[in-house]
Amino acid sequence: MSFYFAQLLTGLANASSLFLIACGLSIIFGVTRIVNFAHGSLFMLGAYIAYSVVTRLDAGVFGFWFGMLAAALAVGLVGLAMEFLILRRLYRAPELFQLVATFGLVLVIQDVALAIWGAADLLGPRAPGLARAVRIFGEPIPQYDLALIGIGPLVLAGIWLLFHRTRWGILVRAATQDRDMVGALGVNQNWLFSAAFFLGAALAGLGGALQIPREAVSLQMDLNVIAEAFVVVVIGGMGSVAGAFVAAVLISVLNAFAVLVFPQISIVLPFVVMAVVLVLRPHGLFGKPGSGHGAPGEPEAPLRHMSGRGRMALAALVLAMLASPAVAGDFTLILLVDLLVAMLFAASLHFLMGVGGMVSFGHAAFFGIGAYGAALAVKTLGLGMGGAMLAGPLAGALGALVFGWFCVRLSGVYLAMLTLAAAQIVWGITFQWQDVTGGDDGILGVWPAPWASSDTAYFYLAAAICLGGIWALRRVVHSPFGYLLRGGRDSPVRAEAIGLDLRRHQWAGFTLAGTLAGLAGTVFAFSKGSVFPDVLGIAQSVDGLIMVLLGGIHALAGPLLGAGVFVLIEDWVSRLDFWRFIFGAIILAVVLLAPDGLAGGLERLRRLLRRTTGGGAAR
Amino acid sequence: MARLKRRSLLGALAALPMLTTLAGPAAAQDRIVIGEINSYTRLPAFTEPYKKGWQLGLEEINAGGGIKGQEIEVISRDDTGDPATAIRIAEEMISKDEATMIFGTFLSNIGLAVSDFSKQNKTLFLASEPLSDAIVWSNGNRYTYRLRPSTHMQAAMLAEEAAKLDAVRWATVAPNYAYGRDAVAAFKAELTRLRPDVEFVEEQWPPVFKIDAGSTVRALEAAKPDAIYNVTFAGDLAKFVREGSIRMLFEDRPVVSLLSGEPEYLLPLGDETPDGWIVTGYPGTDIETEAHQAFAQAYIDRWGEPPMTGSIVGYNSMLSIKALLEKAESLETEDLLAAMEGLEVPSSPTGPFRFRAADHQATMGAYVGRTALVDGTPKMVDWVYAHGADYLPSEAEAAKMRPAE
Repeated sequence: MSFYFAQLLTGLANASSLFLIACGLSIIFGVTRIVNFAHGSLFMLGAYIAYSVVTRLDAGVFGFWFGMLAAALAVGLVGLAMEFLILRRLYRAPELFQLVATFGLVLVIQDVALAIWGAADLLGPRAPGLARAVRIFGEPIPQYDLALIGIGPLVLAGIWLLFHRTRWGILVRAATQDRDMVGALGVNQNWLFSAAFFLGAALAGLGGALQIPREAVSLQMDLNVIAEAFVVVVIGGMGSVAGAFVAAVLISVLNAFAVLVFPQISIVLPFVVMAVVLVLRPHGLFGKPGSGHGAPGEPEAPLRHMSGRGRMALAALVLAMLASPAVAGDFTLILLVDLLVAMLFAASLHFLMGVGGMVSFGHAAFFGIGAYGAALAVKTLGLGMGGAMLAGPLAGALGALVFGWFCVRLSGVYLAMLTLAAAQIVWGITFQWQDVTGGDDGILGVWPAPWASSDTAYFYLAAAICLGGIWALRRVVHSPFGYLLRGGRDSPVRAEAIGLDLRRHQWAGFTLAGTLAGLAGTVFAFSKGSVFPDVLGIAQSVDGLIMVLLGGIHALAGPLLGAGVFVLIEDWVSRLDFWRFIFGAIILAVVLLAPDGLAGGLERLRRLLRRTTGGGAAR
Repeated sequence: MARLKRRSLLGALAALPMLTTLAGPAAAQDRIVIGEINSYTRLPAFTEPYKKGWQLGLEEINAGGGIKGQEIEVISRDDTGDPATAIRIAEEMISKDEATMIFGTFLSNIGLAVSDFSKQNKTLFLASEPLSDAIVWSNGNRYTYRLRPSTHMQAAMLAEEAAKLDAVRWATVAPNYAYGRDAVAAFKAELTRLRPDVEFVEEQWPPVFKIDAGSTVRALEAAKPDAIYNVTFAGDLAKFVREGSIRMLFEDRPVVSLLSGEPEYLLPLGDETPDGWIVTGYPGTDIETEAHQAFAQAYIDRWGEPPMTGSIVGYNSMLSIKALLEKAESLETEDLLAAMEGLEVPSSPTGPFRFRAADHQATMGAYVGRTALVDGTPKMVDWVYAHGADYLPSEAEAAKMRPAE
């Protein structure tokens, strides 16, 4: 009995640190509707700054706790600068666009931390006065764990008081519910948002600082916590701080006991819990309907058919690409295949997000299922490349059919996070099921058939498949089915009112997007010759998301532009030292120059040029 | 008309980034180009010392007149921790830079991806750092060789020491991925062979770099093992040591720990370094052989810091390449492969080693010793050099583990 009690305490201590990481994220999203990918980076900065302060002061109990607060304050100021310099300029951008900016910040902060603190892990001191264990029912319990168990609820109580007993808190809660109304009442939203960002960032910094006595400070901290922080926030219900606390306790305590029975479960446990919660409660434990949507963007202009001239330009581009083997070296073709795969993947995600209005954080699931479907068809079923090229998209379709059924019941960030959970669960199974998938050693030797194995032949094959897929998606967008999806995206209520079974159509759209992502994964598998669980990973999903958002979600050309720019810049920039800083800075520059994405930016540039040359009169 | 021009201008602008890839540089004939790929941004703690190691080796070779009068040029790229990117880079090195061979990689999956690529493209690949047994055994191929002592070898070195303990009930803790699983399987097999009376009573599989150390430690404690075999490393190791010592998991309980003696992982533990853990690793400047002292001095002079495990792996990679190029009749892959078979590296900071013809594994060894805090600095003490050849299956047995070609 005493053993289980001690295990419970261990779980509760973990819950406190998880809550401290997640609560700031919840506050920031609740108020500003920004999905802040850089939250993990703020957490990491908190740990590094606290390490520096505590080790430099070396002043016992006082120095330690002073270091904690100093780190929280410093990170709060970093967050304030982020909001003031970058994010403030993006509040009118399309839903979730700010996510691209925070992604750029993640890259920048990684290299800044590397430059300042170096590559080696730093083990900070234990908390003075709390460095030992006490015996509770005979079991040793670290004193610091007990302190954490206290700090978590204290912070929760502090936030509650702030939100319910101060005027600022009341305004923040009002803004969480109806921003426009608060603005109409004469409250300066900018000030409110800045303050919320400061608070959220400071809490992330505090969470990082309080980790020092428990773990070494390292450059992996940012990406290690970010997914779990989102999971906690979503399980609790977006914007609900108390919900985040309950979710943190749920996950941590479950994990503490699960490792006793089934140690491998840790890898996917949070995502399984999230999937179950979201299937049962579509808005998380304490979330309200509508709490999962980003800031309302500008209403979207209907898509127009391409003009004759546009078609000609497009045809010219495609022809130029197809003619490139005549002039370009082998490596250019290899890069172009990567580009085509990225374009098809981004286009399929754009079809889901931009056309269908279903945001996905886990689109890599279908890309990866396609890649694994093709690889397994070759390795296990012994099919040739032709058969595998059918098996890949079919597998993607099947996966999307299953997950889509659950996902279309949700909306906004909840839907996005359920797709993430699906992707992570598939990833976990692939990772663990060594006999079939090879685990993280992957599947090797998935090379194209001899006739397609030359770089030129495979380039043409990939071009035919990917351009064909993109063309098919375009056709669908302009078909009645596409109109229906767009109608459902813009006004689900009206769509239902005129008798459309929206969910069923969204399910079909989800499946189509999954199929084409699977097709992209298939082309990818044969171009690389091997498949690893990374293709299902969060990084792959995020890359797709960034391509779509960066390109511009309101235009069909957006994902293609975004994929092109992303792949080419990354290939070029990763040759340099501190390339993540440069890459992040480029992304930030693009985001600030074109808050409506590359497609929107180019469109404005075109209009500007036309106005200056007076060409507009011709139309 | 004006508009058409604009459009073509825009098109040309969009194609600009491709230009860089169009103009392939004419491969200079007076130098030997070698490609190098590693996870420099993903795992800087290990790969930075590694890079310094091979750079030092490269500078020494070129200062000494190169190979048969030709200088070596290494094109080094960051794989960003992604196997697909690593393959793209490898393709570029082969098709555009006309690299003679490729070496490097740290993560096992990237090592496997590049190894499969080298097989497809008939290019020699020297896997410097990945530990996975699959690279030379179950997925071995004609074009891939591996330098660093593998998971199996290092686990076998520890099993030999573990067999000398009284402990009968063992618990294991390892990160939940291929490296951790291989390391546990190899240790179990070797220890059971040496000591049929041992039993394994508990195993913990925390996710790599995300260990819930408190819960893991308590689960191990609950099994009341006589001894513990640990495979966690880097940040996970620090957390495990901290939570374990505060919960008295290591009181009167021997711990056998893979790689924990490597300075990359040992130094961050600072004054919390556990006392007397049996580890594999690298004692750095404490090694007093002539070859090592010369290396260590040169390294410190060049970089202003003592060498780490990565440094020695990087340096020995370069020594291997030097020996290879001196022995090979030409830079054609077939000649290189012929030279790699049984290639001897007569002298290195860690002593001589060779590449076995049967399974392409180098016989470079590792150091086995105990952890201790000496004058406030974490160190390996009572260490001995374990020759890699002593912990490998015979060449005939190893050849059987490889797929037929």
